[in-house]
Amino acid sequence: MSTDLLIQAIVSGLLMGLIYALVAVGLSLIFGLMEIVNFAHGEFLMLSMFFSFWFWALLGLDPLVSLPLVVAALAVIGVAVHYGIIRHILHAPMLAQICATFGLALAIRSGAQLFWTPDFRSITNPLSEGRIEISGIFIGQPQLIAGLVCLAAFIVLWLFVSRTETGLALQATAQDRDAAAIVGIPTDRMFALGWAIGLGCVAVAGAMLSSFLFVFPDVGVNFALLAFVAVALGGFGSIMGSLYAGIAIGLVESLGGVFISPSYKSLIVFSLYFAVVLFRPKGILGRY
Amino acid sequence: MARAPDAALEQARADPVWPAAPRAFKIMGLALVAALAVFPFVFTGTFSHHVMIMIFLHAIMAQSWNVIAGMSGQISLGQALFFGLGAYASAFLYVKWGITPWLGLLVGMAISALVAAAIGIPTLRLRGHYFAIATLIIGISFQIVFQRWEWIGAASGIFMPIERETPWFSLQFHATKLPYYYLSFGLCAIAFFTVWLLQRSRLGMRLLAVRDEPEAAQSLGIDIAWHKVIAFMISGAMMAAAGTFFAQYVLVIDPDRVFSFEISVLALLMAVLGGAGTLWGPALGAAILIPLSEYSRIWFGGTGGAVDLLIYGVLILLICIYQPRGLLVLVTERLRRRGQRNE
Repeated sequence: MSTDLLIQAIVSGLLMGLIYALVAVGLSLIFGLMEIVNFAHGEFLMLSMFFSFWFWALLGLDPLVSLPLVVAALAVIGVAVHYGIIRHILHAPMLAQICATFGLALAIRSGAQLFWTPDFRSITNPLSEGRIEISGIFIGQPQLIAGLVCLAAFIVLWLFVSRTETGLALQATAQDRDAAAIVGIPTDRMFALGWAIGLGCVAVAGAMLSSFLFVFPDVGVNFALLAFVAVALGGFGSIMGSLYAGIAIGLVESLGGVFISPSYKSLIVFSLYFAVVLFRPKGILGRY
Repeated sequence: MARAPDAALEQARADPVWPAAPRAFKIMGLALVAALAVFPFVFTGTFSHHVMIMIFLHAIMAQSWNVIAGMSGQISLGQALFFGLGAYASAFLYVKWGITPWLGLLVGMAISALVAAAIGIPTLRLRGHYFAIATLIIGISFQIVFQRWEWIGAASGIFMPIERETPWFSLQFHATKLPYYYLSFGLCAIAFFTVWLLQRSRLGMRLLAVRDEPEAAQSLGIDIAWHKVIAFMISGAMMAAAGTFFAQYVLVIDPDRVFSFEISVLALLMAVLGGAGTLWGPALGAAILIPLSEYSRIWFGGTGGAVDLLIYGVLILLICIYQPRGLLVLVTERLRRRGQRNE
């Protein structure tokens, strides 16, 4: 019984962890590129969940089908955010940088509340439904598919960043933006690309979450906090760090929920942040 | 030859670091204090008193954020934490053991200062975003804990019993808002005087150095992290005082209200709007925003919650992009230019 429960908790923690990792890597990528913490990250997750929901409610498209559309929409929003806001505060004091993305978060969240009401919505009869049983361990099918899609997105991202010329240019900009500019890399366009990729990652995670979680304006808050913990744990700016940290956090949350108390499971993860800050502030793989 | 630098040094020492305020400013300041003192007798409406009390209360909250963010450059996104601690400390002591909220005020401030130190010591030695994230996380964690902690009323909070016999011991007034008006006015004056003193103290000078030139400050032997921690402790204690006053003013507190995220947002917004890092910016921000939100609540009814926050968010964003130094700068720049013309 107890081993079953343990394995069950590990499996569901692992699958959620893959989603956390994809949310966190967007945050980490943006920070690594321009040293700006995107406090509106959770709100972009919420937006993508709403987009998936509306594609389903208005056009009858399943989240798995509308995934490319949602990713494209968020990528466009990412580019718009860079040119509309971030570019103007790139050289501003930290106070203005943090407050700006924080104000953006507030505006998006309360805008969603105003236009879409704070109601809880959910997608019924998604393509991926039900659960499968493997020798006493139950795995929700939507969760399994979500985990696998997120893992696939992560692999694509990693291949892009490490194997393509644009990806290398992105890395160069993250390492030293002035030097990158000198060798002819259009750093401003790289920043915009970073925002597009960052929000694209969040969109994949959000679309997948929308098939098994309620969609409401505050849904992103907790995911954003978990992503902050993941980015601190993995190291600000580190891509692989985000993957390991996301999975670690999924496991800690799931095991803490089962063996300590479900109502305090996020507090257990939050305390992880302070452990990182106290003992290894640059994270597992971080540069900072 | 050796005497020349000495003479320059003596001269520099004799010069006041803070030039004395022009006479017009002093007269304006005194007139403002006098006007605020007689205000409740000129405008006798209870609602106008309520609006003024809210302005004083929020000016303290904005000033508290200003001490940590404006003066030492560390952005706190969870100031509601200290507001809630202050409210709960005094309410809890009064309801459980009949201890006067005057003592509760001090206890709340002390607890908040300790919590601020506990958060600040590990995070403030790192770069700024670690602190911002930590305050965000802890602010929400405290709300979660207080919502579930049965001993202090869990989600339903604390109701303070009505007490009419000893208003100044139990610090609640039911017939009139006048005592609340002067209490909040007094607290606000103390908070602003504290910051005025702080700006002119050695500690305040060092904080400015730490904010603007951390490397230079460190090379002069200033313990950067420790100074930020002290600023955060002062900030937390100030916020707790506002929380205690709020608890005594509404007499019903619960975690969703006093640990509300909106409180952290308001404290930040009012200071940023008025001018972070200036003495009077937080007061200006509160004086602009509170009447707006109180009167819009009357016009639009109680549904204004999301609209309020939407406007706040857009305002913060716009200020950060176009005028990160706040509105007060527009006024002071103009005065300075006029002063230069006159000379």
